[in-house]
Amino acid sequence: MGKIKSLEDLKKKKQDLQKKVDLREKADDAESYVQIKVGMATSGIASGAKEIYDFLVEALEKRNVEAVVTQAGDMGYSYAEPTIEVTKPGEEPVVFGYVTKDKADEIIERYIKRGELVDGILPQNYRTIDEE
Amino acid sequence: MTRYKMHLLVCGGTGCRASAADSITESLKESLQEHNLQDEVQVIMTGCFGFCEKGPIVKVLPDNTFYTEVKPDDTGEIVEEHLIKGRQVDRLLYEAPEGGKVKDSKHMDFYKKQIRIALRNCGFIDPENIDEYIARDGYFALGTVLSEMTPQQVIDQVKESGLRGRGGGGFPAGLKWEFAYKNQEQPKYVVCNADEGDPGAFMDRSILEGDPHAVLEAMAICGYATGADKGLIYIRAEYPLAIKRLKIAIEQAREYGMLGEGVFGTDFNFDVQLRYGAGAFVCGEETALIHSMEGERGEPTFKPPFPAESGYLGKPTNVNNVETYANVPVIINKGAGWFKKIGTEKSTGTKVFALAGKVNNVGLIEVPMGTTLREVIFEIGGGIKDGKKFKAVQTGGPSGGCLTEEHLDTPIDFDNLLAVGSMMGSGGMIVMDEDDCMVSVAKFFLEFTVEESCGKCAPCRVGNKRLHELLERITQGKAEKKDLQRLKNMCHVIADTSLCGLGQTAPSPVLSTMENFWNEYVAHVEDQRCPAGSCKDLMRYEIIPENCVGCTACARKCPVGAITGERKQVHEIDQDICIKCGACVDACKFDAVTIK
Amino acid sequence: MENVKLTIDNKQVEVPKGTTIYKAAKQVGIDIPVLCYMNLEDIGIENKPGGCRVCSVEVEGRKNLAPACATEVFDGMDVKTHTMRVINARRTVVEFILSDHPKDCLTCKKSGNCELQDLAVRLGIREIPGQEYAEMSTYKTDYSPSIVRELDKCIMCRRCESMCNDFQTVGALNAFNRGFDAAVAPAFEMDLQYSPCTYCGQCVAVCPTGALTEVDHSRDLIDAISDPNTTVVAQTAPAVRAALGEEFGQEPGTLVTGKMVSALRRLGFDYVFDTDFAADLTIMEEGTELLDRLKRHLDGDQDVKLPMLTSCCPAWVRFIEHHFPDMKDIPSSARSPQQMFGSIAKTYFADKIETKRENMVVVSIMPCLAKKYESQREEFSVEGNPDVDFSVSTRELAHLIREANFNLMDMPEEDFDRPMGESTGAGVIFGTTGGVIEAATRTAYEMHTGGNLDGNIDFEQLRGFEGIRKATVDFNGTPINIGIAHGLGNARKLLEAIRSGESEFHAIEIMACPGGCIGGGGQPLHHNDTTILKARQKAIYEEDKNKPIRKSHENPEIQTLYKEFLGEAMGEKAHELLHTNYFDISRKIEIS
Repeated sequence: MGKIKSLEDLKKKKQDLQKKVDLREKADDAESYVQIKVGMATSGIASGAKEIYDFLVEALEKRNVEAVVTQAGDMGYSYAEPTIEVTKPGEEPVVFGYVTKDKADEIIERYIKRGELVDGILPQNYRTIDEE
Repeated sequence: MTRYKMHLLVCGGTGCRASAADSITESLKESLQEHNLQDEVQVIMTGCFGFCEKGPIVKVLPDNTFYTEVKPDDTGEIVEEHLIKGRQVDRLLYEAPEGGKVKDSKHMDFYKKQIRIALRNCGFIDPENIDEYIARDGYFALGTVLSEMTPQQVIDQVKESGLRGRGGGGFPAGLKWEFAYKNQEQPKYVVCNADEGDPGAFMDRSILEGDPHAVLEAMAICGYATGADKGLIYIRAEYPLAIKRLKIAIEQAREYGMLGEGVFGTDFNFDVQLRYGAGAFVCGEETALIHSMEGERGEPTFKPPFPAESGYLGKPTNVNNVETYANVPVIINKGAGWFKKIGTEKSTGTKVFALAGKVNNVGLIEVPMGTTLREVIFEIGGGIKDGKKFKAVQTGGPSGGCLTEEHLDTPIDFDNLLAVGSMMGSGGMIVMDEDDCMVSVAKFFLEFTVEESCGKCAPCRVGNKRLHELLERITQGKAEKKDLQRLKNMCHVIADTSLCGLGQTAPSPVLSTMENFWNEYVAHVEDQRCPAGSCKDLMRYEIIPENCVGCTACARKCPVGAITGERKQVHEIDQDICIKCGACVDACKFDAVTIK
Repeated sequence: MENVKLTIDNKQVEVPKGTTIYKAAKQVGIDIPVLCYMNLEDIGIENKPGGCRVCSVEVEGRKNLAPACATEVFDGMDVKTHTMRVINARRTVVEFILSDHPKDCLTCKKSGNCELQDLAVRLGIREIPGQEYAEMSTYKTDYSPSIVRELDKCIMCRRCESMCNDFQTVGALNAFNRGFDAAVAPAFEMDLQYSPCTYCGQCVAVCPTGALTEVDHSRDLIDAISDPNTTVVAQTAPAVRAALGEEFGQEPGTLVTGKMVSALRRLGFDYVFDTDFAADLTIMEEGTELLDRLKRHLDGDQDVKLPMLTSCCPAWVRFIEHHFPDMKDIPSSARSPQQMFGSIAKTYFADKIETKRENMVVVSIMPCLAKKYESQREEFSVEGNPDVDFSVSTRELAHLIREANFNLMDMPEEDFDRPMGESTGAGVIFGTTGGVIEAATRTAYEMHTGGNLDGNIDFEQLRGFEGIRKATVDFNGTPINIGIAHGLGNARKLLEAIRSGESEFHAIEIMACPGGCIGGGGQPLHHNDTTILKARQKAIYEEDKNKPIRKSHENPEIQTLYKEFLGEAMGEKAHELLHTNYFDISRKIEIS
């Protein structure tokens, strides 16, 4: 390892290292970020939730969206799996059903980035995952 | 670089390690391998999470799931259920005192009121990896100081922040730095006091174990500000994990050029060495600490001269404790103004406390100065164990005093605690409930100071011993009313004449319990009664004739043959023989044995 | 020097900045009680650990009481030394100290001469509250050849440590244990005899209580004198006569030589001789050796060791054997006067009075505790019979005289017995720092130059009280560089200079105790007043001046001794009886 010769050096280094703790820092302050929960119960996994989860993590990073993606158990919408719950900072959570990769892409691009409404929103049964 | 989707933080503080954090980490990694998740989930052993009551802790990120009392056998379930299926393992979740499982740390009362400055990286980063520290803005403050600030500006910044020494006395850190800076003599030394000695206190250890670079960075900043190029950490040899992590950190910092010759490519040199203490409480006193580092007997000397005038090897020396240093990089990075906004006017920032005793959430917490005792004990601490009644809280360790119900709404800061007869100390906080006898509590602390006195001055060497003996007599019911007056006088003289802070404050627990619980003292002396029912010698086990059926169960259980009585006749306990073990109470099925 | 003004008990005081409250108070006649404090101004040793807290006083504006001995005054300071707060604190603290101190004053060696006892009297302590259930510290008593340590009586004043470490740099005594169990002892609580202790006795000289005392031989002495078949011979060291009077109420510096002689006779000694006689003998041997080494050195002999160091002081000898064993061939091989005396008494004199050495007991009266140890060194005995049977200190002699119900000052003036009572002024000045080397110079000068000093024998340049002194004496064109040190810390400096080759001295005199033997560990206690030592020194030079003969080689009995018995100085017989070897004891001490 080379020596750090200046504050600039250090800043560069930090940028490279940022990813190491990015996930932890965002989790610590999750309310300030877009939070996405992917329903990952057995039925969800069978219907491809894992792929959606992986896709979301990568796509969000590619598009420079600061978001926290977590897994969740059964969301209670087994009929519409895979499902994801998106919470933008300061807004009510919205649940999307029948999420495919294309759909996920659209959610990121239109709902998260531009704030437009996207098809596939499931009717809220007035409970978020936390309140189960 | 692998981009992990999830992080598993395993608490690697001394407490959790003692209960298998190492094997938890290992078996988590094995489970991940088994399911081919090793590239998606990273396992990191961090410093202390503070929630020691329920260790070992495993925290899952990014969802902040907080698993408590995890055993190595539980790791498979965490991986299979949580990581793969997305289902929290309910049985490992923290259960709130009022009932109900708590899903994540964000919803735990223990963490809600805390603001973590000194502990900012504890339980967050891998302390054995400098990269993680740098990713958290580590060494930015040092870089800034070296490239943009003069020593005087650094000192002014620290002064402006209002940072006061976290080791006990609360002396303004910036002022101390300035004294050392103004002394022209060379070489100068920067010393970190890591000789944490209060019973039950482990804040410094946790910082060193969880974030060693923060202390190294701050010492280098102090070195630059005061004009010193040598740093010494006086650490007790009983802290092997902290020592190991410090050694690793020092090595890494040297490799990166953050310590050693030409720090940050400038002409500033600064290096840090470790000095081991044998764990004497008195060596927390700065002059005693310095003598101990010099290889002399660890006993205090008269001040002046202060260490800034004549310290280690007779040279100007700045001594601060671990927690004080840990605040410094944040002050430089975020500014004195930011820091000052936290806390109270005269006690800025936060304070770390080791919460212990009869409280639900035993552990390490950091709260803004000015938080009330009530908030700490009842919200963060989750209230008193087993639904008992709160009686008192001892702050400041053996040098502090016992505070009561009426002090619960006192905002905690240096001056308020002094005003009510206690002190901040290094941050020990021991909670007592209705079962605690306050005379015994005072005796417990005295026992500690008697053990830890260096023996140099007579009032501390002999006086505290006599104080302890008299307290012992009181708890045995052998003291007389006039002894209480003598007790008080001895306390005042010892406080008035002792050489160093240890002796001067040793009587504080006695004085404050006498002040707040005078009736308890009187009850012991006049009625030979312990109101809390905890002083063994004052207990009487008696048989209630109405309830006794003469089953002989108690007589058979009594280990010393103190109980006599014919079968089917009322039994009797011979008080001269009884050793108050309580076996008869357990043996009796008719509630016929009572304790008076 | 800047002055500061302050008030003590409403009295205005002006003192230089840096003065302590204790000293400032003294200046206006206020004597604040102290216990651990000790100031030996003339040798630069001030012990003020601030440990006993007896000197606590009230300072306006200060939270707690201040120790007067260690607290420096400041301008406008307002000190109160007799408020109830102070009196209560002082009494309580002394009660604390007494509560952990044995109450066997009746049989304590220091009874009547104990600073703790005096303090208890002064403060009117009548009872120790809680004594009946107070735990007391207990330690084993340690008997060494010279010093007894009874740590039960140690009050942690640390004076002994200051003497042993700071003044003597011996490092035999240090605080050990913590808290209530703390006391002062050799490392690892070893017995003193296995420590680097030199038996100089300076710890005993300053101990305020009975924790450190001399080994008492007065019972042995009574037994010896009571035995009708034993010839008991006394030898008295020069420094004793200059201090013994103090034990009988005399001013320091009162000479009591003649009264001491008659008192010893009344006690029943068969012969009362003078160690000064042996001092003259020492000069003959040591002076000859010095001249021999000097001559060889001036002749270009590379093997000769210079400087030559004196060897009269047994503490100093033990110091070099332990701390500088690599240099043990530097001191003169001449035995000390005490041992030369014993050796001659049990041969030459025993023959004269036709007594066997087994039937003779030689007792030395010494200002010194190390002499007790020296007399027990194996090499100074013949078939298990020591040349000097035992040594008693000035203090022990004073006790015996009082016990015998004599008042020393009522005794007649009497002269020493002959032949070993004849001595010169040169022998007398062995008792003070600089004396041995001055005596040697008187003889060596005349031997070397063949001339006569006549009346010019007061070598003032060698006298004084400075810790290290240097002088050059002109030996008729040959400048001889002389060094003098008293106190082993000062000796260490000279030794280190020799070791590193920086020393230019030809001869060095070293004495372990402050002021030389007059400040020995067996002398009447000076109770921190070093002017007493200076008065004794003055008395020694006084006695020298009054002696009709003042050069050792002119002592007629010495001349007879060589003629009748010894032959040549440094000759074969002299070598056997009057010289010795030194040993490396550094390892021995560390291992055992």
